[in-house]
Amino acid sequence: MFEFLLRMGDNTLVLGHRVSEWCGHSPVLEEDIALANIALDLIGQTRMWLGLAGEVEGQGRDADALAFRRDAWEFRNLLLVERPNRDFGHTLMRQFLFDLWHHERLSDLCLSEDDRVAGIAAKCVKEADYHLERSKDLIIRLGDGSAESHRKMQDALEALWPYVGEMFSDDALDIEMAEAGIAPLPSSQRPRFDKAVNETLALATISRPENDFAQLGGRSGTHTEDLGHMLATMQFLQRAYPDARW
Amino acid sequence: MANDWPLWEIFIRGQHGLSHRHVGSLHAPDAEMAVLNARDVYTRRNEGMSIWVVKSEDVTASVPSRKGPMFDPSNDKTYRHPTFFDIPDEVGSM
Repeated sequence: MFEFLLRMGDNTLVLGHRVSEWCGHSPVLEEDIALANIALDLIGQTRMWLGLAGEVEGQGRDADALAFRRDAWEFRNLLLVERPNRDFGHTLMRQFLFDLWHHERLSDLCLSEDDRVAGIAAKCVKEADYHLERSKDLIIRLGDGSAESHRKMQDALEALWPYVGEMFSDDALDIEMAEAGIAPLPSSQRPRFDKAVNETLALATISRPENDFAQLGGRSGTHTEDLGHMLATMQFLQRAYPDARW
Repeated sequence: MANDWPLWEIFIRGQHGLSHRHVGSLHAPDAEMAVLNARDVYTRRNEGMSIWVVKSEDVTASVPSRKGPMFDPSNDKTYRHPTFFDIPDEVGSM
């Protein structure tokens, strides 16, 4: 259960931090604020997931301790969310792929037999719904936009597609969670995801990569080098000045 | 970029029963994006429950240099303000 909650909370923590890196750097003011909102939503969701994880663990660690005092190999997030921002197209494509998965996942978790999980999911799903509306809209606009925006979105999809499969891969923990009625198998979401992603990509005139090779490892703690760099920035204050107070 | 995008005037209704109020403006490529952007720029602290967007160029405004002829005549006609009547207490506030 602790591991399952880390998976949920680490996804939103890492993506929330990545998105926050755009703050003050977005191409236009409106996007800057929109992205900052999304980052804040995700960090808020992290507080709930990691807060519950700390309670379940029972070792006295709260959400902050879990966020700022763990090293990369203890993180259980998907590799997709730790991919660097690169350009705006990459950031939005990463967001769209995540949002599509996340929205489905949270919708399923609303029906969890664990009331605490269902409760958090019910709060998060409204936010995820809005994130998806926005990222989907932008993917279509940019994919079906100018020649340059189309090329950038197609490039972004090619670069990120190897990280899609991990969202739907089942392991022993997933089977345990499914049997306990806490969360359905990730693989059960794939048909819905495929249908939705195909629809959006068609409207965006972006072609779906044929190779479904999936890069795995994030959910069991094997991360890309990029996560370490991100954590170095994110955790600096608590590492250099432990227990520092505002 | 934003420079190519038209400007939109944003109106937000704070709660049921109140009218939409002008809160500011922003850039967006079209009306749908203007609504989404307005949601993010102007309703971050639970300010709104309904949003209207209007292209700024569709707003026809009075001309500032005509302020005198437009508004001064109403300024010195106190009899247009019904402040000289005694309102019976039973009426309550009006």
